[in-house]
This record gives sequence, structure tokens and C-alpha cells, in this order.
Amino acid sequence: MTASCPMKPVIEVRDLHFSYADGTLALDGVNFTLYPGETVALLGANGSGKTTFALQLNGILQGAGSIEVCGLPVIKENLPAIRSKIGMVFQDSDEQLFMPTVLEDVAFGPLNQGCNPDEAVARAGATLQQVGMEHALSKAPYHLSAGEKRKVALAGVLAMRPEILVLDEPTTFLDPPAQHNLLHLLQDLPQAKLIVTHDMMFARALGRRAAFFERGKLVADGPIDEIIGRFQWDYSAFDAALRYSAQRRL
Amino acid sequence: MHIPDNFLSTPVWAALDGVSIAAIGLTIRRAGRELPDTRIPLLGVMGAFVFAAQMINFPVGPGTSGHLVGGALLACALGPAPAVLVMTTILATQAFVFQDGGVLALGANVFNMAVLGVLAGYLPFRLIGATRRGLAIFSGGFLSVLASGSLALSELLISGVRMPRPLIITSLGFFAVNALIEGAITVSVIQALDKLNPGFVQKPAAARSRVLAALGAAGLALGVAGFLIASSAPDAIQNLGQTLGISEKSGFQTPMANYTAGNFESAWLRRATAGLTGLLLIWAVCAAGARMIARRRSA
Amino acid sequence: MHHVLIDHWSQGSSPLHARDPRAKILVLLIFLIVLATTPANAFVTLVIDIAVLTSGVLLAGLPPVGLFLRAAAILPFSLTFALITWLAGDLWRAVGLVEKSYLSTAAVLLLVGTTPLTRLLGALEALGVPRVLVLLAQFLYRYLFVISEQAQHLRLAAACRGGSAGPPRSRLQAAAGAIAVLFARSYYRAEGIHRAMLARGFGGRLSLLNPLRFGARDAAFTATIGLLLVLARVQ
Repeated sequence: MTASCPMKPVIEVRDLHFSYADGTLALDGVNFTLYPGETVALLGANGSGKTTFALQLNGILQGAGSIEVCGLPVIKENLPAIRSKIGMVFQDSDEQLFMPTVLEDVAFGPLNQGCNPDEAVARAGATLQQVGMEHALSKAPYHLSAGEKRKVALAGVLAMRPEILVLDEPTTFLDPPAQHNLLHLLQDLPQAKLIVTHDMMFARALGRRAAFFERGKLVADGPIDEIIGRFQWDYSAFDAALRYSAQRRL
Repeated sequence: MHIPDNFLSTPVWAALDGVSIAAIGLTIRRAGRELPDTRIPLLGVMGAFVFAAQMINFPVGPGTSGHLVGGALLACALGPAPAVLVMTTILATQAFVFQDGGVLALGANVFNMAVLGVLAGYLPFRLIGATRRGLAIFSGGFLSVLASGSLALSELLISGVRMPRPLIITSLGFFAVNALIEGAITVSVIQALDKLNPGFVQKPAAARSRVLAALGAAGLALGVAGFLIASSAPDAIQNLGQTLGISEKSGFQTPMANYTAGNFESAWLRRATAGLTGLLLIWAVCAAGARMIARRRSA
Repeated sequence: MHHVLIDHWSQGSSPLHARDPRAKILVLLIFLIVLATTPANAFVTLVIDIAVLTSGVLLAGLPPVGLFLRAAAILPFSLTFALITWLAGDLWRAVGLVEKSYLSTAAVLLLVGTTPLTRLLGALEALGVPRVLVLLAQFLYRYLFVISEQAQHLRLAAACRGGSAGPPRSRLQAAAGAIAVLFARSYYRAEGIHRAMLARGFGGRLSLLNPLRFGARDAAFTATIGLLLVLARVQ
């Protein structure tokens, strides 16, 4: 599993604009770069454009501007290749685990990549072992806890051997033990990671860089502690946060 | 009303299995373009939604509650062909996983509720939905349940299931009440949906064809007529089943066997023929209507 | 819950669980057809049918009491009709109605209790059921319980807000509103599923994973039981 993109950015976004069908402006001139092996936390208020931004990267939403993933522009012809390079873990695991059993779900990605059934099953087994869920092969997702579903979702994405992982609020619904479990799993993975999150401890534990979204604009990009401090984005400065909200009239 | 196994006589359930298989096959072939794999998750989830919604209690009076069946709702929201398939899947799941309705009788239940019920639920919407939306939706819900119930009852009678007249009248009354409830619920739900997102249940294309309008009117008339015939001549249907030999013969002599040929008067025969013809016509009208609708949608 | 229990049963590993689901479906159909065409007073046939069914339950390692109790769910319906039929003078038909509909229900329970749903659906597709319906059933089943739970939460929330008091009209509107919300959530959930499928390279066609293999044992199973049932009927 060699990195095929040496020190060139794995993601390069220039002047990205996007509006929803009803006219709401969701992204307003976003510029962003991600390097191999980096972990960046995407921070910002709800509705500030973080998830919309993430969905642009693998072409699920299409905006105006330029996006390149491992050098490939995000256009229709490149989507199959790009979706192999970017693995996305969605916020709602029930939407992500749409197959009847764990094995079938994790094998879904490899099958779409052209693996034959035996290869797909082998890869699925291997990644399930990697996340510690090999015992759940024939279980229905309905019977799994939130943490287990999250791990299976991650396995389903890892089975496609991506170079970049995008995780949308991965700690939602997870209790602290499950959060720790997920944290350790992610720390061991070599891929570049983009993590949309409101959990500052989680973000800090995984990476040193953060990008802050505000009303569709990427207004800050730098060391995570600095960003958190500047925007008062955690409870350590609760009073300050209250003052901040009053100032911003949120 | 889900008919279990061993209530219908063999000719009846076998014939309805054949009819349903043909109807479903036709629906799939006609609606092929509407059903790419990308749309399947939506239809599956909508099926799960209806299944779950069927379990929600609607208060309809002191101590009584009604439930949504959902054929008309699905037809208006997804279109008739997808609705037929989704209802079929719901019924099959209910039969196998929940043992609600028989396996051999699945053809009958599919015909009653997934084919006829859905088409009867859609026709008013298609014909007058653009101009009289509320009325169209209510009528759709109403006719959907009325038609399915009357058909189920007639199928049981023709199979020779003994039902005294008062019970038949009560059952038909029960179906009529449920039909009103279905109409009311369907219209309330769609009105609530319109407030959430007008795109959920779009206006049908205005019905331009006179043939379709005539077909619709005929279908409506026959739907009501079928109900009236079943209520006024239920014995006729029972006797007809015996005459045609499609009722289940029990091993022992029954009081019916003592009737002489003199009882088969022309007036009775006329009513019996009318009953059976009415039922067959309802099916033919809806099948033809379905074909026309499917053709229009793909045009 | 019923389906959860059946799910649990179907994960077992008896010789009956191991049979190709197509064989089991065929045997079930033969059983049901034989039963449907058996007159109510054909005792020998019925006894053989009961024997075959019971041995199936035991061979599958399923709890006989549990299974036969669950099959009894049909009884209120069939007993009512049987009573009416008996009062109309047809005792044997009444008896037949009860015993045959009960045995049919138990037989279907045996099938789903020994066959996980995905394999059952795969078998149905192999037997000619259109792919569209099989895929629909797969997604319906997957999300049935998730959405049912949501529906229960909505009912609870409505009840907490005094939903069971008030005039019928407003209660109707409240319930209709809840269903509309459920519809909307289901619709957006389907959108989310679609995005998740796209993100993992979905190219427009769903593929199935487990090819079924119909072996000699399955053929033997179908032939022996099938023949036994038919002979029992015909004699």
C-alpha cells in the first residue's frame, strides 16, 4: 500500500463556490490544501458549510471552482477513481450500512472497484479484523451498537484502500469508551484525514491543524490550538464563549 | 384484509396467483425505465415507511382506531407502477416474515391490495388531482380500501366459505368505514406533506385523454357497483361458486346439496352473472387503465 | 419481537439450516399445495403432514413449543370463521379450516426460522422472482426496524404532548403530521443512503455476493420429502 502521491497535495481546492437548488449560498470562495498523511479538523458552526465542503471532494455535490484529488480534477470521468481514493465515513451510520449484513456491506466497495466476490470477501474480512469487528460478519446492522456500526462503516471504507479519509462528525452517538476506541483506530491509520467535528479533544488528539468555516467561507487555517483559542471553540473558556456569541449575535 | 392459506378454494387461489404474476410482470416491464437500481433504495425505504406507518393508531371515535393501508398514499407519492411493486413487497414480507396472509394466497392478497387497491387509489388522483386535489386523494384512499375489501370478501364467498348474510353486510359495512378512514388519513397526510415540502407529492399531469376519463368513470362506477352487488347478492356469489364447481367441496353432504334444479331461476342467474361479470370487469378496467397510465408516463 | 426471534432462529446451524434455500422453498410449496388440496377428513394424510413438519422442527433444532405457539397467532381468525362455518352446518369444513391454516402457518415459520433472509431472497431470485422485487425486499427489511423505532418515538413524543387527549379531528391531524414527518425523514434517509452508495463507488448496478450451490444433498432432500408428501396425499 504505497502512497502514490509524494508530497504533492492530495487535495487541492481553489475558489470553490456552491449554492443549493433553492439558492442558499453554501460555499463562498473556499481555498484549501491537504498534504499526504496530514490530519486536519474542519471546525465551524452547524450550517457553516463543513459537510457541504466534504461532499464536494468526491463529487457527490458539484460546485464551481477547481478541486483536484491526487492530481485528478473532480469531473465526471474521474469520479470512480476519485471515490476509490477518498473514503468517506458519514455521520449517520444507518445510512451508510445499507446492506443486510456486515459482510455484504463491507464488501460493497471492493465489488464496485471490480474485485471478484472471493477477493471482496477476503478484503472485507481483513478490514473487519483491523477494526476489531470480525465476529460480526453475518450480523445485521440493526443489531449493532452505535460504536460498532461506526467501526463497520470505517471498515467498509478502508476495504477500498483509500489514500484519504473524510469523517463527518465521527463521535456522534458514541459513548466515551467507543470514542477512545475509534480514536486509537484512527491514530494507527496512515491515510490523510479530514475530520468534521465539534469534539475538540478528539480533534486535538488526532491532528495539529484545523480549518475554520464561517457562513460558507474558510476564514482560518492553521494550528489547531490557535484556531480554537481565537474562536473560543471549546468549553475551557466558557464565559469567553458566551461573550463571543453575544458579539457575533449567534 | 390479509387472506390466510386454506380459506380460498384451489381454483380461486391458483387463478389469482396466475393473474398477479402476470400483472406484476406487466408492471415491471412497462415501468422499466422508472426503476433503475439507483431508485431502489428510495422505494425500499418508502416500503419500510408504509409498513411502519400501518402500525400507527388513528383515533376515529370513542374507543376505536383506524390504520393506514397506504396504497393510495404510495400511488400519489411514487407513481402507480412503483407503488404496485412496493405494496407487493410489503405483502410478501408480511406473509413470510410475519405470517400475516398466506403464501399460496399471496396472489389473491397482491391482486386485492397491491394491484387493484393501488390502481383504484390512483385513478381519481390522475383524473381530477390537478384541479380537485383534496377530493381526488380522499376518493383514492376510499376506493382503494373499498375495492380491496369487497374483492377479498367475494373471493371468500366464491370459494364456498360460509358466511351468513348479516355477517356479510357487517363486513362490507366494516370495509366502508375503513375506506372512509383511509380516505381521511391519506388526505391529511398528504396535506401535511405539502406543508413540509410541496415536491413530495406532485400534481399529476392533467388528464387530457377522453378515453382515460371514460375508463376512469367506468372504473369508478364498477367499483361502487361491485360493492353494491356483493352486498345485495352475496348468496348469489356463493351459489355461483358452487355451480361453477370452484368452491371447495367438503367431505360430507351439506344442506346445499339438497337444493333441486328448480332453484336456479333466471332472475337469480341474472344477478349471479352480473356479480361475476362486475368483478371481472373491474379487473379488466383497472388493468387497461394501468396499461394506459404506464404508457402515458413513459411517453 | 417476532422478527428478531425469527432472525435469531435463522442463524442456527442444523442440517436443515444448511440446505439450499431453494430446496426448502420447493418443499414448502409442495407441503402447502398438498395441504390445501387435502380434504379435512383425510386423516392419514394429515397425520403424515404433521409428522413431517414436527420432524423438521426438531431436526432444525428450533424450540417446538415456541414455534407451535407462534403459529397459533392464526387461530383467532381461523377459529372465528370455523365457528361460523360450523353453525352453517359444515362441521368438517370448519375443522379443516382450523387445522390446515394452522399447519400452513407453522410450515412458513419453519422456512423462515431456518433460512436467513438474504439467502431466502437470493433463492427467490434464482427461482425466477424479478430482481426488482428482491432488491426492494432487501432494502425494505433492512430499514423496517429502524423506521419502526422512529415511528414509536414519534408516537411517544406526541403522547407526551397530550396527543391522546383532545377532539378527534385534532388528533387525526396530529397523527397525520407524525406520519408526514416519518415520510420526510425516510425520504431524506434514502437520499443519505444514495450518497453513501455513490461515495463507495456505486456504478448503477447492485451485485449479489453469495452464490447459492444446489448440491446432491439438497436434491435428495427435495425429492424424498416432496415425494413423501405427494404420496401421502394421493393414497
